[in-house]
Amino acid sequence: MKFFNALLSGLKDVWAHKLRSMLTMLGIILGVASLVGMAAIVKGMENGMKETMVTMGGADKVLILDAQVPPEQEHLADQAPGRTLQDVYALRDSAPLIRLVSPEMSLGRSVITRGQKQVSPSECVGVWPAVLEMNLHTVAHGRFFTALDEEYAASVCVIGTGIRDELFGNPDETGKEIIPLGEVIFINEQPFTIVGMFERYESEQDRRERELAKRRPAAPANGPARARGWGRGNWAFNRKNLTVYMPLNTMWLKFRAGGDATTDVPDPRLDDIDIKVADFGQLEAALQQARNVLMFTHKGIEDFSFRTQENRVETINQQIRNARLSGGIIAGISLLVGGIGIMNIILASINERIREIGICKAIGASPETVFLQIIVEAAVIALLGAAIGVMASFGLVDLLAQISPTLNLPVITLPPIFVAVLCSIAVGLLAGVFPALKAARLNPIEALRYE
Amino acid sequence: MALLELRNVSKLYQLGGEEIRALDDVSLDIEGGEFISIIGPSGSGKSTLMHILGCLDSPTRGTIRLDGTMIHDATARQLAAIRNRKIGFVFQFFNLLPKLNVLQNVELPMLYSGVGGRERRERALTALQAVGMDNRARHRPSQLSGGQQQRAAIARALVNNPKIIFADEPTGNLDSHTGTMILSLFHQLSAAGRTIILVTHDPEIAAVTPRRIEIRDGKIAAKIDAKLAGLDRVSPAVPQA
Repeated sequence: MKFFNALLSGLKDVWAHKLRSMLTMLGIILGVASLVGMAAIVKGMENGMKETMVTMGGADKVLILDAQVPPEQEHLADQAPGRTLQDVYALRDSAPLIRLVSPEMSLGRSVITRGQKQVSPSECVGVWPAVLEMNLHTVAHGRFFTALDEEYAASVCVIGTGIRDELFGNPDETGKEIIPLGEVIFINEQPFTIVGMFERYESEQDRRERELAKRRPAAPANGPARARGWGRGNWAFNRKNLTVYMPLNTMWLKFRAGGDATTDVPDPRLDDIDIKVADFGQLEAALQQARNVLMFTHKGIEDFSFRTQENRVETINQQIRNARLSGGIIAGISLLVGGIGIMNIILASINERIREIGICKAIGASPETVFLQIIVEAAVIALLGAAIGVMASFGLVDLLAQISPTLNLPVITLPPIFVAVLCSIAVGLLAGVFPALKAARLNPIEALRYE
Repeated sequence: MALLELRNVSKLYQLGGEEIRALDDVSLDIEGGEFISIIGPSGSGKSTLMHILGCLDSPTRGTIRLDGTMIHDATARQLAAIRNRKIGFVFQFFNLLPKLNVLQNVELPMLYSGVGGRERRERALTALQAVGMDNRARHRPSQLSGGQQQRAAIARALVNNPKIIFADEPTGNLDSHTGTMILSLFHQLSAAGRTIILVTHDPEIAAVTPRRIEIRDGKIAAKIDAKLAGLDRVSPAVPQA
């Protein structure tokens, strides 16, 4: 009852000085809004990073990389075999903890042409069908390579939509979806028939924007259309859309078996061996198994290493932690400043009311009652500020999304709201303690005499 | 047993290294139902005496018994509770809270003693009726005349049914006509059996009370010097009850 009365009188006092209370609350409002907004931005970043992660093949993908031989094997370095198909066969047949092995042999500096148009793919690679599951590709149109394509080294390819956009036309611009199955394109001047095309990969954010743009009438174009370059959208998705795959054997026979432009030596080495483990919980054991197999095929020369996506996940988490920490510190400082503002105002309002406090004490207000009343006043200001701040944070996030639409869409979640509200209540109470103690300790006689 | 008993009460202040005896070994009994005035020139120690009697302050030495309880070494919290339940104050400057209306001002002491909302309202209205202010219950203090404010303050002093009512220069800020009305209100209260202690420097006002205590240099003057107090020149403003 006493507390309720104190709360009521606190609210009344806040209402009686609307402008002053509002200005006092401003610090808390900004602090809470920035805390919640910052958390929303970081959450958006996190979502974007995780999406990117999945686009690049998921967390259970492990890359086998070339590496320098260890120092004690320095004298054997010239005998290092590098990564070859032999490794792939060995891994496929003798490492049961590994679910999937995908060899890649790529063509550096490739150019794809069709008529006058040309495009540089992000990767032009000879692959096995395992690559679909390895890199999480989906063939939306046509088919992927068959055993016959591999066996006969057929001149066929499967392209990403980015390649199609450049060579045949972008559906967003031409207004119709071109599916170029059966068309012939030239990869480094060798003719290839397109037998399949992947689906269009894009982030949630890009999809939303594209659909929004579709509904809006297009802005009238001034002058000739210009290339828009790489600046738009998520790089990981752009990269994935600019993929060209051909059978591994085709790559070997057409581009590698005769050597490259500088040497005539055939180069059977693979550019990538990606593996996926059967059970993510047994990652260590699977890697050990793969290592044993590879040590065997490499005659004991350790010229390879593994890179798990764990490192990348760790990096992402580290970045998110950093963003959270720095944002949290900034928001914390502004909350603190807000708290100091509250303390300042409450102190001023006490000084202004010394006589009133004296009257209350003379007619029987105990020190505890006075303390409670002042501290509740501070808490009420903080609480109202926090409530307004939470509302403001929604506006802030909207504003951020408007200002910078290429950003990952910020997502407001509940935990930071709780944290922000609790923090501001704590700040309000702390800010109230000192003035409330001061008021509670006032000598009633001196307070009554105060002018 | 007297309602209020002071035995050998002293109050000392330190002022610039010098010790000042505001009250010097004062002993005093006040019975229930008495109507007393405490008079004395400024600096005589009468304010100090009133603060100690009114439980706003504790004495440096000596004992005080109020309504059977020793209170000279009570804590600030206990003193607040005593002021709340056993003592009502009426001040020279009325001291109503400007942001509350008259009714809320009168309810305030009951708020501190934890009286429920409905009873609070009823008792506040009864007290306002007793001082003839029930028709102004919703007014702010700033909308009232000085006499009305003082009557509201008296209602506030009465509302918790205290043992003693202290009035510190209750007419000091009023014109003589209004002051007379306030004094007659005190007489009515006294006639109704209230214990009233009136603190004043004005012998004209002190003259209306049946018992007078004069303070001089921190001590109770044995006998009122009628000539010095000017009592020989004036007739009592209000007929004694």
